[in-house]
Amino acid sequence: MPSTIDRISASTSRTPSRRAIGRTWHHALHVVEWQLMAFRAVWRSSVLTSFVQPLMYVAGMGLGVGALVNRNASSTSALGGVRYVTYLAPGLLATTAMMVASMECMWPVLAGFKWQRTFHAMVASPLEPADIVLGEAIYVGLRSLLSAAAVAVALTIFPATRSSGLLLAVPFAGLCGLAFGMPIAAYAATRERDSAFPAMQRFVITPLFLFGGAFYPLKQLPVAAQALAKFAPLWHGVELCRAATLHRLQIGTAAVHVAYLLMWIAVGLVATVHSFRKKLLI
Amino acid sequence: MGDQPIVARGLTKLFGDFTAVDGIDFQIERGEAFGFLGPNGAGKSSTMRMIGCVSPRTSGDLSIFGLDPSNDAAAIKARLGVVAQQDNLDEQLTVVENLVIYGRYFDLSRAEAKRRAAELLEFVQLTERSKSQVETLSGGMKRRLTIARSLINQPEVVLLDEPTTGLDPQARHILWDRLYRLKQQGVTLVLTTHYMDEAEQLCDRLVVMDGGRIVAEGSPRSLIDDHSSKDVVELRFEADQNEASAPALHGIGERMEVLPDRLLIYASDGEAALQEAHARGARPQSALVRRSTLEDVFLRLTGRNLVD
Repeated sequence: MPSTIDRISASTSRTPSRRAIGRTWHHALHVVEWQLMAFRAVWRSSVLTSFVQPLMYVAGMGLGVGALVNRNASSTSALGGVRYVTYLAPGLLATTAMMVASMECMWPVLAGFKWQRTFHAMVASPLEPADIVLGEAIYVGLRSLLSAAAVAVALTIFPATRSSGLLLAVPFAGLCGLAFGMPIAAYAATRERDSAFPAMQRFVITPLFLFGGAFYPLKQLPVAAQALAKFAPLWHGVELCRAATLHRLQIGTAAVHVAYLLMWIAVGLVATVHSFRKKLLI
Repeated sequence: MGDQPIVARGLTKLFGDFTAVDGIDFQIERGEAFGFLGPNGAGKSSTMRMIGCVSPRTSGDLSIFGLDPSNDAAAIKARLGVVAQQDNLDEQLTVVENLVIYGRYFDLSRAEAKRRAAELLEFVQLTERSKSQVETLSGGMKRRLTIARSLINQPEVVLLDEPTTGLDPQARHILWDRLYRLKQQGVTLVLTTHYMDEAEQLCDRLVVMDGGRIVAEGSPRSLIDDHSSKDVVELRFEADQNEASAPALHGIGERMEVLPDRLLIYASDGEAALQEAHARGARPQSALVRRSTLEDVFLRLTGRNLVD
């Protein structure tokens, strides 16, 4: 069949030209515009949540647990010589971004395929699956940044958590959010039902929240648990945010953490393009 | 190719071992309303999805505006309007927002997208619902909004996959009227349906599909002339008596079809055929003489009804 051969040669010889990349970028921005249009209706409550929740953690953990921890000299030294609330606060940027990005990449993604079929509508226009995925990634990145920024604003209220390093911690938290969002989006796009999502929250997101290094140094955990926590993106995000707010950032270490998060994002992006294509072009 | 925006030769689609579309040939002329008529599973939607560049073909040739969907999907889609079988409006957005954002996907400026959205809402008679949430619209309104959305890029060809399935009769008539106006404006319509009345109302030309193949092609009138008689006599006997009544009526008209719920006699003169049946002693519970329809054509060609 000549047409089949033509098609195979066309697809293998096709290298992404500068024009095609420009078009993908352009299309992706339309997808971001769509997301922001929908977000406009709910942004107040969403940002308020990101602002209020860390206040509760800072107040509850900082006052309660902090009073016990700060009394003990060996505990304080395990935290690097800072007050507990100062140690805890930057981790909240990373955990908030993780949770917001994860949520954005579960139910809304499935809605785009199953309940509202908006992705099917998009792919009938000149948008291609890869354009949609890039647009989703940009939006999830923006959402992560916005929620981390809300946390940062909340943290400037208290002297113990106020730091110029928060400015740098926000983009680090954004990367951390994306590193969760993209692999989850890739997975969500393969689902027919949302039954796996609550389990994912219970058995992945919540354990990471508790054991991912946000509330205490990973060294407190058994070695196997440490390894698991270091595999997931959260600990790397927490370390970056903490190093930023405590002004302890070392270029080498930071570069490794950033590279690790970028790897999760890149793998997640490729996997998401694959699963979106499989769902939309059948 | 200027006069034929869509040409297919040996177009085939396999899903694993299942042949959804089995090497079909067709060409669609500019400005006509072209229909794919057939029961569920005939391969109509698969064909539409291949034309819409969202389903790679397995083999054969498909040319749309002289372009190949496997190489130039975005360029083709820029000139198509698509009304999918299942609603895919964005329920988080308002009616007008659905149109504006869709226009943006076609690179329209915001101002132009808004201008066209207002015009199209007028066209589908939804102007007063412009600010409503999509959720609150009726099924017929959602369909009309979907049609408006498919027109935002001023497409040369509009693909409509079962546009009126699930709508009440009044909503269907409003929709048909809008589609008819579109056709008058010179837009090429390609639609699938399993309703013979829809095909007869809207289509200049159609193909009858069954089991992934095209079994007949022509205008609704010529298909009826070629494959059926002018009149049909429908006789309904008591339950389970339809089959038993058949032998006595043998030879009346050109042909007889025994269905579970009724008996059909195809004849050029229906009234005469009915009189003959009465003369032979047939006592049906009800009798009806009507003109042949595409439903009869389909029954003749495939031995099955269109709607199960």
